[in-house]
Amino acid sequence: MPVSLNPAGRSQPVSGQTRRTVQPGWVRAWHWINVLAVWVMVSSGWRIYNASPLFDFRFDDVLTLGGWLGGALQWHFAGMWLLFVNSLFYLVANVATGRLRTRFFPITVSALVKDASAAFHGRLTHADSRHYNSIQKVAYLFAILDIAVLIASGLALWKPVQLALLSTLFGGYEFTRLVHFFSMAALLVFVVVHVLMVIVVPRTLLTMIRGR
Amino acid sequence: MRKNERHSPMQSHAEDIVRDAKKVLLPRVQDGSRRAFLSRTLSLGGVALLSGCNISDNASVETALTKISRFNDAVQGWIFDPQQLAPTYPASMITRPFPFNAYYGRDEIRQIDGSSYRLEVGGLVMDKREWRLPDLVSMPQIEQITRHICVEGWSAIGRWGGVRFSDFLKLVGADTSAKYVGFKCADDYYTSIDMLTALHPQTLLALTYDGAILPPEYGYPMKLRMPTKLGYKNPKHIQAIFVTNVYPGGYWEDQGYNWFGGS
Repeated sequence: MPVSLNPAGRSQPVSGQTRRTVQPGWVRAWHWINVLAVWVMVSSGWRIYNASPLFDFRFDDVLTLGGWLGGALQWHFAGMWLLFVNSLFYLVANVATGRLRTRFFPITVSALVKDASAAFHGRLTHADSRHYNSIQKVAYLFAILDIAVLIASGLALWKPVQLALLSTLFGGYEFTRLVHFFSMAALLVFVVVHVLMVIVVPRTLLTMIRGR
Repeated sequence: MRKNERHSPMQSHAEDIVRDAKKVLLPRVQDGSRRAFLSRTLSLGGVALLSGCNISDNASVETALTKISRFNDAVQGWIFDPQQLAPTYPASMITRPFPFNAYYGRDEIRQIDGSSYRLEVGGLVMDKREWRLPDLVSMPQIEQITRHICVEGWSAIGRWGGVRFSDFLKLVGADTSAKYVGFKCADDYYTSIDMLTALHPQTLLALTYDGAILPPEYGYPMKLRMPTKLGYKNPKHIQAIFVTNVYPGGYWEDQGYNWFGGS
């Protein structure tokens, strides 16, 4: 790595920290705001679900946000702005900086098969955290798409008349409820795997906090 | 939305946290409605979110959420297209039986005497005379099969018939540049809507359900039926209609439901 000598004679990376930065500041800010937004949306969403459960179970009230249906709705329809603005920022910044292309692509079938096989044998490496392996790429892209589906299906549930076309695309009001529920469940599956992987490779938590 | 939603028993640990939080908070607020809001809002989730903040900020959280809800009213008013019609359905898709829903149970359904029924009209209107049921029945009637969506999430398709509300407003000489139309009901329910929705072609003063006189459980003698708004915005057993520029609120809206409540 190119180095320069400072007056004290110690070698230092030319561009300071940025050279070794794994996650730039805007990604870290986005990530933790997203954690907050997703938590608000899921916990208040569970309370709303409880008012008229789709299936034969309810979420324990202790796990929910809002205290009652009206409170949960207030949280949900406030949290939606945080999730929407933060997601929009993430998308625009990722495209504008080229990070979307360089971090998440290319994804090749052969690399995916190789990495999946390595993961299956417990040999998938995370040696260089500046590069995502194929499994990570697919998992993160899945989470991005899933949040997009959550936002779009949420909009269709909120405005089934004004956004009639969107509602129709999701199969009508009642089917949209199922789409919204299962995309929430899918996001939670991602979160569980994501947190398990952080426990396996704790260094990634540091990179998402201090950047390196 | 039923009124009987209650906290289910929480684990003792969670109860301790909530009890402690209430001890800190409740003496600080004097206003009764605020106290009711706080005791409902204080769940473990709410407390967990505020960890790290001063817990007494909860009152400002309430204020912030209310402000965002008012902002969402404005956004929905902006999204609302007066020409956009709600989907209609064939009779074969009507939900049977259509669910009864109110802030009270079936045993409290109001029984209104149609012969002595009088509808009051007030506020910013030219003609404030009272209306009898036959006056409404003699007006042009329309019918529609639309989806009723409840704030709880469920939906049901029903068939309502009656007077187009915009016809009624024109007949009484309502100031259609006013902001709100408010409703007072025989079951002590009250609510209010925006003028644009009041004038929407699918907004009905419903007098019939599924081809028969509106039964008591659906709001005899008359309810306002709007397929462009959630169920709690559709008042039953209407006794008084008034046009105003002063925000009238509503039974659930005053407790925290979003005022616009548009679909």
